[in-house]
Amino acid sequence: MSVKRDSFSVSITVGAYGSAFGAAAVAAHFSVLQACLLSLLLFSGASQFAVVGVIAAGGSPLNAIATSTLLGTRNGLYGLRLAPLLKLRGFRRVVAAQITIDESTGVALAQDNENDMRKGFWYTGFGVFIFWNLFTLAGALGAQAIGDPSAWGLDAAVPAAFLGLLWPRLSNRKSWVLAGFAILLALTLTPFVPAGIPIISCTLLAIIIGWRE
Amino acid sequence: MNAFWIAVIGSSALAFITKFLGASVPESFLSHPRILRINSLIPIALLTALIAVNTFAVKTKLVLDHRALGIAAALALLIAKAPFPVVVVGAAVTSALAYRYF
Repeated sequence: MSVKRDSFSVSITVGAYGSAFGAAAVAAHFSVLQACLLSLLLFSGASQFAVVGVIAAGGSPLNAIATSTLLGTRNGLYGLRLAPLLKLRGFRRVVAAQITIDESTGVALAQDNENDMRKGFWYTGFGVFIFWNLFTLAGALGAQAIGDPSAWGLDAAVPAAFLGLLWPRLSNRKSWVLAGFAILLALTLTPFVPAGIPIISCTLLAIIIGWRE
Repeated sequence: MNAFWIAVIGSSALAFITKFLGASVPESFLSHPRILRINSLIPIALLTALIAVNTFAVKTKLVLDHRALGIAAALALLIAKAPFPVVVVGAAVTSALAYRYF
């Protein structure tokens, strides 16, 4: 019972953020169709915002792809963790892979027995998928209906969404130090290299700071 | 095919490949502590850089405009433990007002 409730409440709350994504994508000149395809096919919030954020900042598509993919590597590690539990084969593996995201993994790992863990993964994965896509469409149509994105604050909604995604990860001193250096490096590089490069360059900081314990 | 379509299709394909590989390779693979550590730091580095650039840059120029007030509002709301939608809407409203009146 409680695994169903957990899954549902996570699905609807997280799904609602999809409207912020849909609006941000359209404000960055993606079409409604492209916004919806990102939610259906890419289906990983931070990576989707990264595609929009890099393109909105004037970055190249390759840069957007690279940034989004680096942000999505954690989904692969979630899969490593979950695969033995879910005992996947064939088509089920394809479906499970698509819905392996922060929330489905989080709800699964929060359960106390294997049966509930499996249920938590599938319910939350499908639940977020459905609501995220519906809200993306709503947000995209809403943003399309209004004119100048700046007049509605949509150009600030993108960095605010990133800040909301970053906030829970700033859990220790190391993460704050890394964030500080990332701001410095990204802004220092901005006038001198093509747009998009300052963002992806910050991966180096994560490697340097993460190298030692 | 324009830049938008390349970004949409390319990032979607790689996102799926990443997820599918994770669900397919043995667990021992890639579970070195250093890789796990770096992997948990990459989102912090990239999200912070995205915030900085999307707030203070227009293409390759650094600017201080209405978006800075928006992000300041978002920060204040997060410190006050506001939920995500409130943070995003609060930033948007603040930025829109600043854009309109300054």
